[in-house]
Amino acid sequence: MPNSAKSRINDFVIKLANVNGTGSASANTLLMKAIFRMGIPVTGKNFFPSNIQGLPTWYEIRVSRQGYLARSGSVDIMVAMNQETYAQDLAEVSPGGTMIYDSTWPRESVISRPDIAIIGIPLARMCNERFSSARVRILMKNMAYVGALAALIDLDLKVVEKLVREMFASKQALIESNMDAIALGYEYASKHFRCPLPTRLKRLDKTAGHIMIDGNTAAALGCVYAGATVGAWYPITPSTSLMDAFRAFCEEYRKDPNTGERNFCVVQAEDELAAIGIVLGATWNGARAFTPTSGPGISLMSEFLGFAYFAELPAVVFDVQRVGPSTGMPTRTQQGDILAAAYASHGDTRHVVLFPGDPRECFELSVNAFDLADRLQTPVLVLSDLDIGMNDWMCPELEWDPAYRPDWGKVLKPRTVARLPGRFNRYVDPDGDGIAARTLPGGHPKGSYFVRGSGHNRFGEYTEDSNEYLEVVNRLRRKWATAAKFVPEPVIRRSRKAAGWGIVSIGSCDPAVNEAIDRLAAKGIHLNYCRVRAFPFTRKVERFLDRHDYVFVVEQNRDAQLKSLLTLETSYPPDRMHSILSYGGLPMDYRCIVEAIEETYQGVVAA
Amino acid sequence: MTSIAKPRIVHRGLSRNRLGLTVRDYEGGMSTLCAGCGHDSVTAAIIQALFELAVPPHRVAKMSGIGCSSKTPAYFLNASHSFNAVHGRMPCIATGAAAANRELYLLGVSGDGDSLSIGLGQFAHAVRRNLDMLYIIENNGVYGLTKGQFSASADIGTAAKRGEVNEQPPIDPVQLTMALGGTFVARSFSGDKDQLVPLIKAGMRHEGFAVIDVLSPCVTFNDHEASTKSYAYTREHSHEVMHTDFVPPMPGITVSYDKGEVVPITMHDGSRLLLRKVSDDYDPHSRGAAIEYIRTQQRKGEIVTGLLFVDESRPDMHGINSTTGMPLNELPFRSLCPGKRRLAALQRRYR
Repeated sequence: MPNSAKSRINDFVIKLANVNGTGSASANTLLMKAIFRMGIPVTGKNFFPSNIQGLPTWYEIRVSRQGYLARSGSVDIMVAMNQETYAQDLAEVSPGGTMIYDSTWPRESVISRPDIAIIGIPLARMCNERFSSARVRILMKNMAYVGALAALIDLDLKVVEKLVREMFASKQALIESNMDAIALGYEYASKHFRCPLPTRLKRLDKTAGHIMIDGNTAAALGCVYAGATVGAWYPITPSTSLMDAFRAFCEEYRKDPNTGERNFCVVQAEDELAAIGIVLGATWNGARAFTPTSGPGISLMSEFLGFAYFAELPAVVFDVQRVGPSTGMPTRTQQGDILAAAYASHGDTRHVVLFPGDPRECFELSVNAFDLADRLQTPVLVLSDLDIGMNDWMCPELEWDPAYRPDWGKVLKPRTVARLPGRFNRYVDPDGDGIAARTLPGGHPKGSYFVRGSGHNRFGEYTEDSNEYLEVVNRLRRKWATAAKFVPEPVIRRSRKAAGWGIVSIGSCDPAVNEAIDRLAAKGIHLNYCRVRAFPFTRKVERFLDRHDYVFVVEQNRDAQLKSLLTLETSYPPDRMHSILSYGGLPMDYRCIVEAIEETYQGVVAA
Repeated sequence: MTSIAKPRIVHRGLSRNRLGLTVRDYEGGMSTLCAGCGHDSVTAAIIQALFELAVPPHRVAKMSGIGCSSKTPAYFLNASHSFNAVHGRMPCIATGAAAANRELYLLGVSGDGDSLSIGLGQFAHAVRRNLDMLYIIENNGVYGLTKGQFSASADIGTAAKRGEVNEQPPIDPVQLTMALGGTFVARSFSGDKDQLVPLIKAGMRHEGFAVIDVLSPCVTFNDHEASTKSYAYTREHSHEVMHTDFVPPMPGITVSYDKGEVVPITMHDGSRLLLRKVSDDYDPHSRGAAIEYIRTQQRKGEIVTGLLFVDESRPDMHGINSTTGMPLNELPFRSLCPGKRRLAALQRRYR
């Protein structure tokens, strides 16, 4: 990246080091949203602890006039508000960068580095003088640093004020105190330092038609729009906010304002085993139902997922992945559940899995997931992750086609059942796609059958007969082939110049991969890119692989799970796939991809 | 879940219920349980009760988990939809079914292993939700399908067929349900159809979670002399404190009874329960007194049966949720999807 002062306009990273539970989140969101409203592409990543109060937490804001949304791996401005992490935060600032800290307690001896600028602002002192209550003083310190930053990076104060008014619309007094705190920081910085810094903002017009939204909120909206009426879940980070959002949207759009009656039912289950069971009880009865969870929940749900596969019941499961194995790091991101989701449960089971790459796709693919689950009568797992699910991403506005109607699949109406010439065959495929027609409880006596996870024949009757069993499981294999025709196609990005090498990646790696491709192209290394969006893999994924001599598989786990799945489920030779892995728990940055591919390239050129 | 189709012969003289159906319309496949199994008597009582209630069979969803008891839904109500869940996980299926279609009659059959060991958590939470269903536990103190291991309801001192003595205290589903706030708690004996049939009818009509713990001896693994869940032991030690008569809603017809001996309870659908006190010092409306009485009798080695506690006033899951009256699975899509304009409008908050 060029390093001239001029180029730092609208192209830098601010990192805010805070203590959790001190109210810094709203200040940091305010800062990011103000940049967004200045028309400048921006993204925010929250690195928070699994804790309520007192531990270190960081927020990283990347400003990019080119619209790059991945982490860059550098820090140009560090706002150090946590004395516990001063040393670490100081070390992280890139050469030529700036560190801002609360100089109420001067730390010249500790905070010093010859290659960066240190800016001390007595935030606590100013807030203590201005505000009386202890809690308010702590909260306002955050707003004061937003004010100081506004002066230092040329953040538009009018935009900030408008946002503050919106945030505290119902609490007039808070608007004043927050604006006071912002003014404190702003004035101090303006008076004591040369403002703005060379690293600064300048209005652009690149955010029109976009929103800043997190994937859990967008997925919840997808559930509302797809017509889901039953939601069941057991609280688990980082998926909890999905159900919170679903409930909030339903309270807004699905509650009778006169009677207070709800046309939805959200059940907080006793555990994930029950959560998935509640979903299956509901879909058995023809309602659209879903459960959001994370890795540990998938482990617990595995038994019922296998049941649903075999008994052929729809279900939509959101797995907002976090770092595993086991409890792992609940507040860090990873793509470690790919294999667990694809083959969850014992015996020959396989599940349709969708991989959204950003919040907009969380919205779109969740609607897709309900249609696929109903059409295929099988669970569909939507594999998001903490980075997509909980961070605010800039993405194009969500759109809705008013002509959309749910695809309920082959569900026989009671009157159709009544007219059936012979007996109702629950598990016979009438038209060769592997999908059998089902009936719903309460409909017609002739349509009744047993839903069971035990071996069953075409009528749903218990069987221990090999041929009867084989008839059912072989049809399930045909259904799997049908699934590959209906799942979302991959997103393919072709290089402008001929490329023999390709990248295959998945989910939240997308921004890092896209940026890496641009930067490699600038160095003369051209690659095509295929972002897989579903399992089973479609023909288009296979064709992409076949057309490349060599493929880099980029993903966020240690064991190359996507590569394993490609090895198992396609005919592409594994020795022509090279893994690029990032799995420390922080959202992927583009540098690791650039470095790995460049190294391989140099090796080939040298040879 | 093996079952053999039953020959269907309907005698002309067979009585018909309000729907014009005979008792044969409430039957299922032939039982494959051991000859003399208590569970088959419970099956017969279910058939009789649902026939008398004149419930349309296809409006019933019968559910179970895993085990001998959980096989029994194959032996009644052929025309009902059925769900044979994984082990111990029937309550969550019932919860989802109730959530999606509040107009179904939910009937769950489980066992002591399914409900008190692997499924104890699920059972407890279904009670807390006051899920509108009848939940029958066919309780025999052993695991039958895996050949005679003790279950969690086995009493201290009871012996297995091979002689091993149980030293762990039992989990009593009746006391547990009472403690968890259950709204309809009964205990019965598979050998007492006169008691069981009205209890099943009342449980089906109760708006909320109705539990009937049915002592249902296992003839193969737990019917010997040293067992406290045998036919002989149960007959000798159980005593009824409260006999229930079930009176379906009949407009204009009054039922006469002697005040003082009979506790009348009106159910949500207008049916009435007439609880005849067999024991003077028992109050089925007092949770605390009921628990105390059951415990006192238990210390004497007595098993108290009958409708032991009932509370018709508590809201069920949908009452708590204020769910709309129409089943959620019947709501038209247009009433569920907020539409294009609202999506555009709501996104302003993300700018």
